[in-house]
Amino acid sequence: MEQYILKIKRFDPEKDRKPRWEKFRIEMEFTDRVLDGFIKIKDAIDGSLTFRRSCAHGICGSCAVKINGKSGLACQTIIKDVPPGEIVIEPLPAFPVIKDLVVDIEPFFGKNREAMPYLINNEPPPELERLQSPEEQEKILQSITCIMCGCCASSCPSYWADKEYMGPSALLKAYRFIMDSRDRALEERMNSIAKPHGLWRCHSIYNCVEVCPKEIDITSHIAKLKRLAVKKKLSGFFKG
Amino acid sequence: MTHYFDTLIIGSGLAGLRAAGEAVKKGSVAVLTKLYPTRSHSGAAQGGIGAALGNEEPDSPEWHFYDTVKGGDFLGDQDAIEVMCEDAIRTIVELEHLGVPFSRTPEGKIAQRRFGGHTRDFGAAPVRRACYSADRTGHAILYALYEQCGHERVDFFPEFQALDIVMDGNRCLGALAVNIRTGEIHAFNAKATLVASGGYGRVFKTTSNAIASTGDCLGIAFNKGVPLEDMEFFQFHPTGLYGLGILITEGARGEGGMLINGKGERFMERYAPTIKDLAPRDMISRAIMTEIREGRGIGGRDYVHLDITGVDKKILNERLPEISAFCKIYMGIDPSEKPIPVLPTAHYAMGGIPTDIDGRVSRDETGEVVKGLYAAGECACVSAHGANRLGCNSLLDTVVFGRRAGMAMGEFIGSVGKSEIKRDAVDAVKENIEAVINSKGKEKAGEVRAEFQKLMMDKCSVFRNEKDLTTLIQELSSFKERLKDISIKDKGSAFNTELLEVIELGHLIALGEVIAASALQRKESRGAHAREDYPKRDDENWLKHTFAFKTDRGVEFKYKPVVVTRFKPEDRKY
Ligand SMILES: Cc1cc2nc3c(=O)[nH]c(=O)nc-3n(C[C@H](O)[C@H](O)[C@H](O)COP(=O)(O)OP(=O)(O)OC[C@H]3O[C@@H](n4cnc5c(N)ncnc54)[C@H](O)[C@@H]3O)c2cc1C
Ligand code: SF4
Ligand code: SF4
Ligand code: FES
Repeated sequence: MEQYILKIKRFDPEKDRKPRWEKFRIEMEFTDRVLDGFIKIKDAIDGSLTFRRSCAHGICGSCAVKINGKSGLACQTIIKDVPPGEIVIEPLPAFPVIKDLVVDIEPFFGKNREAMPYLINNEPPPELERLQSPEEQEKILQSITCIMCGCCASSCPSYWADKEYMGPSALLKAYRFIMDSRDRALEERMNSIAKPHGLWRCHSIYNCVEVCPKEIDITSHIAKLKRLAVKKKLSGFFKG
Repeated sequence: MTHYFDTLIIGSGLAGLRAAGEAVKKGSVAVLTKLYPTRSHSGAAQGGIGAALGNEEPDSPEWHFYDTVKGGDFLGDQDAIEVMCEDAIRTIVELEHLGVPFSRTPEGKIAQRRFGGHTRDFGAAPVRRACYSADRTGHAILYALYEQCGHERVDFFPEFQALDIVMDGNRCLGALAVNIRTGEIHAFNAKATLVASGGYGRVFKTTSNAIASTGDCLGIAFNKGVPLEDMEFFQFHPTGLYGLGILITEGARGEGGMLINGKGERFMERYAPTIKDLAPRDMISRAIMTEIREGRGIGGRDYVHLDITGVDKKILNERLPEISAFCKIYMGIDPSEKPIPVLPTAHYAMGGIPTDIDGRVSRDETGEVVKGLYAAGECACVSAHGANRLGCNSLLDTVVFGRRAGMAMGEFIGSVGKSEIKRDAVDAVKENIEAVINSKGKEKAGEVRAEFQKLMMDKCSVFRNEKDLTTLIQELSSFKERLKDISIKDKGSAFNTELLEVIELGHLIALGEVIAASALQRKESRGAHAREDYPKRDDENWLKHTFAFKTDRGVEFKYKPVVVTRFKPEDRKY
């Protein structure tokens, strides 16, 4: 057990006018997750500390926060991997804070819906599965692992600047269906993203890739969509 | 706030979402869920979903049927099992058409792999039956169902936690839930209400289940007089990451991994000579605990190794990427080079709210129905898994029986009028909340919870006996007292998770008591329920389901015969 200080940015909408900082001194194992630290504080020091969590192993996407200045999952960040001393915790940037580390992610989920996130294929279905070769599937393999944690959007300068920008994960979602060999709605989908607050808002800054806990190369997926849009002549006058 | 819907669904895991997709064809549907839908624990399912597609080698629904009966140690109801296995192929094809990205064979068909207890020719050898999407099968299906529901006008209420199910005599009127974000209580009136709230592994200290898997709705239903069936049967999965409980899928052994003890032996050869490391989970968990007790853990310690270093690296990358990442992140181990330290972890509840094959909740052991109340998924007990669930049969159960419950509700809503929840039901819930908020007690929820979970783990996990269970039950009554003595710091309305955790703890303790009492009264060993003092299965006296009822005198029991149609109980050897 080692002593750690978690410096946490807190905000109680029923009490605070502005966010405030609070420091908690706790004992942690080297192998503990940052999330274990939150839980220790909540259980033993201050039950009012508020954060989201569920799976505790990087699957559900609930616990994204800013840890030492970088967006990440609290349950996937191990104490031994953070530099010794104070660990600074803030809510995910670019989302309105509800309470302490809990942010409003409703708009983030809403943007995903713009990407028409469901397979569209009106051809009569075969009796058994639609065939898809491993090579065809390979194209979408990375994109299906997204857990909607919001780390990417919270780190994207374009997302900060343009409230209506669909953002990296919604574009990734569009990619997931556009590149799925079973989908038949290419045109509609391309039109839904090749718009001013869509594809062309991404300036390939790669911030999103750096923070994605699933190590998805989001930017290169978006780049492929851009190339496709250019090929389909959906660029130019939409640029903005 | 008051809402009116035809159908109300509590829970947005696979069971709830599949039911929603069906019920919405007949009327309005609300899905309330304490998490965002995509964060349900179904998303953590790794290994696969079972169906005798026969894509990789010959298979048949009949073999699947037999394996499930035998895997469940003959306690499963065979009418339900037959429905599940017969419907499996259609179910997988339907999921594929919805867009689920299943892994593929070179010809482009759905790929399949081996899983524990799934065999060909009635036990002759392991068979490839688990359809998978790498080791993210649950995630892939959860997203496909959620996205489809979003498209089909289902109304979602994310981060709404159900606090009560409202009954009027024998009719369910709907549920009360708190909007977590504001603290406001909402009344959801519904003609049909489905409980699809998932598992409750958080009863135990070490578990593969999510922090949200607290069994709230089972606790609520039990309070309302609904019995709970077969609660003594809780599955411990053999391979949880040591110290953490995070699951390493059986698929790892399906792809060729094996269990090794401190002497370097592949010890499952001794316990299940035919299918070895692919024996059912209850057997392997007992084998691991026996090895450890007899001093053959690694270095004499309390864990064994799961060795997948012999599995082709390409297969690890393609089919087991997620568990490889877990090992690296949480244990600092590259599983392609070093064996993984593992120990059984509380994983799956075979027991739950009793239902028929269309999700209708039974109010007693005769199968009398609670009008308007349905259950599906892990919180329910149909019983398709008997005394021990086979791997990849739970995802199948959620989708098959979720759909059937959805269809049954769709029919039912045509036969009844609107329901109207009364004010006093809402007031009662508010009073309960006030009581927690105003409590001046000395206990802290976190401490009570940790002690409770440890006690359950020590006295009621892989092995059980009368002495431990009796002590456990005595001690649990003191926990109920301590619960009332918990006070909280957060007195606010918005996102008061401290308050909600106390409410959840209440349900956990109530369920712990039912599990312990059910385990004490069943004087035999069957499936996941292993009594050291009654080591044999006893079909003469115990080929029956336990129904636990809440009474003024404590938990009491009645019994329901097992439905045996096709396969007579036989010795369970692998
Ligand atoms: C790590 C892991 C791996 C697994 N792997 C496999 C596998 O490979 N194959 C297989 O067949 N099975 C597997 N299982 C089992 C299977 O995943 C689960 O049994 C199944 O997904 C349960 O689905 P469900 O829909 O019943 O519940 P869940 O997916 O757990 O959903 C429960 C829902 O209820 C909601 N809820 C709970 N309480 C409340 C409340 N009070 N108010 C409002 N909402 C509430 C939650 O928000 C959630 O939406 C695995 C389980 C685990 C834990
Ligand atoms: S690459 Fe595009 S999406 Fe990613 S951070 Fe940069 S602008 Fe945002
Ligand atoms: S793309 Fe990565 S960072 Fe963005 S939501 Fe998905 S998992 Fe999170
Ligand atoms: S708690 Fe699920 S991702 Fe961290």
